Formats: sequence, C-alpha cells, structure tokens
Amino acid sequence: MSVSVETRDVSITFGAGPAAVRVLPSVSFSVGPGECFGLVGESGSGKSTVLRCISMLTDIWTGDILIDGKPVREMPLIERCRTLQMVFQDPYGSLHPRQSVRTVLSEPLAIHRLGDREERMRKAITDVGLPVSFLDRFPHQLSGGQRQRVAIARALILEPSLLLLDEPTSALDVSVQAEILNLLQRLREERGFTYIMVTHDLAVVDHMCDRFAVMLHGEITEVLPREAIPANGATHPYARELIGASLEYESAH
Amino acid sequence: MEKPILEVDNLRIRYGGASAEAVRGVSFTLGRERLGIVGESGSGKSTVGRALLRLLPGATITADKLRFGELDLLTLSEKEMLKVRGRRMSMILQDPKFSLNPIRRVGDQVAETYLRHFRCSKAEARDKALAMLEAVKIRDPERVYDQYPHEISGGMGQRVMIAMMLLADPDLVIADEPTSALDVTVRLQVLNILDGLVRDRGIGLIMISHDLNLVRNFCDRVLIMYAGRVVETLAARDLDRAEHPYTRGLLAAQPRIGGGRAPLAVLDRQLEWLEEKA
Ligand SMILES: Nc1ncnc2c1ncn2[C@@H]1O[C@H](COP(=O)(O)OP(=O)(O)OP(=O)(O)O)[C@@H](O)[C@H]1O
Ligand SMILES: Nc1ncnc2c1ncn2[C@@H]1O[C@H](COP(=O)(O)OP(=O)(O)OP(=O)(O)O)[C@@H](O)[C@H]1O
Ligand SMILES: [Mg+2]
Ligand SMILES: [Mg+2]
Repeated sequence: MSVSVETRDVSITFGAGPAAVRVLPSVSFSVGPGECFGLVGESGSGKSTVLRCISMLTDIWTGDILIDGKPVREMPLIERCRTLQMVFQDPYGSLHPRQSVRTVLSEPLAIHRLGDREERMRKAITDVGLPVSFLDRFPHQLSGGQRQRVAIARALILEPSLLLLDEPTSALDVSVQAEILNLLQRLREERGFTYIMVTHDLAVVDHMCDRFAVMLHGEITEVLPREAIPANGATHPYARELIGASLEYESAH
Repeated sequence: MEKPILEVDNLRIRYGGASAEAVRGVSFTLGRERLGIVGESGSGKSTVGRALLRLLPGATITADKLRFGELDLLTLSEKEMLKVRGRRMSMILQDPKFSLNPIRRVGDQVAETYLRHFRCSKAEARDKALAMLEAVKIRDPERVYDQYPHEISGGMGQRVMIAMMLLADPDLVIADEPTSALDVTVRLQVLNILDGLVRDRGIGLIMISHDLNLVRNFCDRVLIMYAGRVVETLAARDLDRAEHPYTRGLLAAQPRIGGGRAPLAVLDRQLEWLEEKA
C-alpha cells in the first residue's frame, strides 16, 4: 500500500521572546504515493527539522501535514508507527547504549504484537548486510556504518509505507551504500514504499529520487525533477550554485 | 626525506572480549601530507585512529613501532599522553554530537578547548571560539554559541568539532568522516581550511572517509583497508587505476550523476581478501 505526503505552510519556531528563531518560516511540498522525494541543501537549512515535523518527533509546528489525506497529528501513535518510520542522521544518538541489537529490533515487534519475531529479526539484519551474530552486540561494539545499518533494519522491521531517511548512507562505504540503495529500490518496487530522503550527494538523488527540493535557510528554493541535475537546469541562484558545485566535485580529477 | 610525523609498523588491536583482532598488522608512515584512509565499513579505520590517541580502554594494542615525532606512543605514560592528546595530536570523531557533552552549551565547549591549552581570559577564549565558528562558515555564530548539542544540525556538529581542533593548533590531525554531513559548497570551504593547515603549517593530516571523490581530489596518498588490514596503497590521483579487487569493486559501486538506474554493482567479497599477503 502506497501513501502520499502533503505538507502545507509548515512553520516552526524554537525558543521564545527575543531569542526565538523561526527555523522554518513556511514549507510546502507534496510527495506522490510510491515516490522517492529528495531533500538537499545547505547544512543547517532545516532538512532534518522537516523530517522531525512529519514524523511528529516534534509537535510544536503549525500548518498541515497530511499522510494519505489524513492529518498526521490525529493519527493514533500505533497507527503512526506502522505508517511511517525514520532513520536518523546520527545513529549513535538514536540507539540506546545499553540495548543489544536484539532488543532494539524485537521491541517494536512486541509492541505491535507481530509473530515470527526471531525470523523477522534475522531477515532484517541480513537485509542490511550484517551477520546474524550481530544481534547480540551493543552499539559501542559496532562501527559507525554498522550502527547505521542497525538503525535502517529497525525502521524496516515494521514494514512501514513511508520511510523518512536522514542521510541514510553517508556513514557507509560505497559498496555497502550500493547494497542499501538497491534494497530500498527493491522495496519500493515490490511494496510501493514512499521515501523522503535527505542527502548531500546529488549522485544518490539522481540514482534514487524522482524529484527533489533544494533548501536554503529554512525555505525551499525550488523543486526540481532529477533530470535537472546533469545539465544543471535549476533557475534559483542557490540551487544552481549547489548543483554546479556538485557536478564539479564529481568530475574534478 | 624529512623525518616522518608518524611511523606505524605492524599495528595490531584486539578489543577486550573479542575473539579476533580488529586491526591486523597495519603499517604506514605519515609526513607533512594528506593521507586518506578508505575502506569497508567495520574494517578498522576508526580503531586505528583511536589507537594513535590511545583512546581504546580495554583493548590490547601491540606494534613493532608506533612513533609520533620523538615520542614512543607504546610506552608513553598516561600523564604524558594527556599533554599530547588534543593539543599536539587531535582527532575529529565520527559521531560529533555524541562526543560533545549534551548538557553544556556548544560555544562554551569550544572555548574550553582553547582555555585548556593556552593561557588567556575567559572573554578572550569566547572571542576565539566565536571567530572559529565563523571561520568554519556557521551562520549566526552568536546564536549557535549558546545552543546545546541536540539543538544544532548534523553538519553544524561536524563544524563545531573542526573548530575545536583548529583552536588546539595540533601537529597531527586525524579526521574521521569530518565532512560527511556538509553540503558540497560548505564542504569545499572546510576542506580548504584543512588544506591550508597542511600547506602553511606543515601538519600531518589523516582523513578517514567514504567519499571517493573527496579522497581522489583532496588527498596525496590513500590507504585502502579491508577486514583490519591495508590491502592497497596508492597515490590519490591514481585511485582509478587501483588493482585490488576490493578497491575496484568500490569504484564500480559508486553512483554517478547521469548514470543509469540499474541496480548498483555490489561486491562479491572473497575469502582470500582476508588472508595476509605473502
Ligand atoms: N531544538 C532546537 N532548538 C533550537 N534550534 C534548533 C533546534 N533544532 C534545530 N534547530 C536549528 O534549526 C536549524 C536547522 O537544523 P536542521 O537540523 O534541520 O538542519 P539540516 O538542514 O538537517 O542540516 P545538516 O545538513 O547540517 O544536518 C539549525 O540552525 C538548528 O540550530
Ligand atoms: N568496543 C568494541 N568491542 C568489540 N568490537 C568492536 C568494538 N568497537 C568496534 N568493534 C569492531 O571492530 C571493527 C572495526 O571497527 P571500526 O569502528 O574501527 O570500523 P570502521 O572502519 O571505522 O567502520 P565505519 O566505516 O563503519 O565507521 C568492527 O567490526 C566493529 O564491530
Ligand atoms: Mg540534518
Ligand atoms: Mg568508523
């Protein structure tokens, strides 16, 4: 089952009084069912914040976020977890230091009363390219990339329809990245997953996404189709600069 | 040839309780240059970096040689190591937000690095910290100074770590994925700063990275690691002419702008890659 996402005039301010900062003034975009939508842009421009709003990790935003037409605010927690999952930018912070990988993966299965737990855990951990013996490790016994793969396995284990991916592969070597991206593509073809994916790598956008938004300082400057990357078809000056720099970065030898 | 900054010979590291070594006989020397380390996730790159700073409690470290300038890192007392760590040899850790104290303002933590190593007033340290946050292209440094680690973005966290390293003014920098969360424009600006340190101050730089474009364009030499060993060493500009099948596989697995949408090439990892070369 594929779901659509619509965000309308989403705005968020952190802090109060004179120290208040409006991090997102007004963000609107829509993602079709089964689409892979990219979010790129300046570091600190609000990409992770957009994902945190959609996933309700923070609820102090105003505006509307609809998943398949339903306001995300009104979804009961259990339904929300089965519908959407997020992979965080810093996997160390998102994994509890005293929980083994087995606990990390079995907890959601228990909460949602899913059967075949052992089998599902084995499948999830092998899908992300780790040996089954890693189920008994703790986060500090894993390398950066191994932790990230555990975080991806945790998001996949509930088979959500919408995955919010915050730089899912920037901590992985390109061979493991290829395995994860291929897995995400396959899931999208087989089960119609919808993705919103933050990345700094426009080659990954070109490979995975249908369209992408370029963010600068809390605003979406432009939404572009992936075809705009190779010949730099952006019109907004920042989007043009970013794509131009990426083309140069990749080709400078 | 001038004296190397760092000499590593047959470095082996075993974590406490682990059945096998995480690092199995790594050797290299580092001069006033930019040395890239690329390799499989879990191959031991961060472990090598942390071992140089002796940041591996409970692990067994052995080597035929582990020298930093005139110092023997294998026999240095912990007290002497304290004078080296952070000040003369500095590591930018892979998990920036995790390595910051979560309940203290990031700016104060940056200022503290300066206070720890140099004699000055608190106000001077604050000014230094603000200037450094600005140098690493953080927008609105005054605001960010007062934020807590969970309130800054991933790329801001990486730049805070770089600012701390810059303030300590070390001779050797080990940068573990320092720019992976930065957009390409800011990344190039930060790389320029690191480049300046090697060029103008003659520091040694070890750059651990998964970004093949970065390593190819920014480093002088590259070590390729697989399963705890260095399987290949190349001049960075010759990366595309690598011969080891693991390195070849890496190059093939990289997505490219304008490339097709067929599944990316994946590695067929061979058992013989694990074996020591004769
Ligand atoms: N809880 C918070 N309190 C105050 N400011 C915050 C908070 N969370 C985020 N911000 C601010 O919001 C801005 C956007 O942060 P966000 O993490 O969304 O950026 P990003 O686009 O994901 O950047 P990066 O690419 O570096 O990860 C930053 O200036 C950050 O300091
Ligand atoms: N405290 C520990 N106890 C046991 N094993 C560990 C511990 N820390 C790391 N390891 C293991 O040592 C190996 C090397 O880890 P290291 O963090 O050096 O990898 P890496 O090359 O930096 O990988 P990445 O690119 O994913 O960051 C990994 O297989 C990891 O699981
Ligand atoms: Mg972010
Ligand atoms: Mg590492």
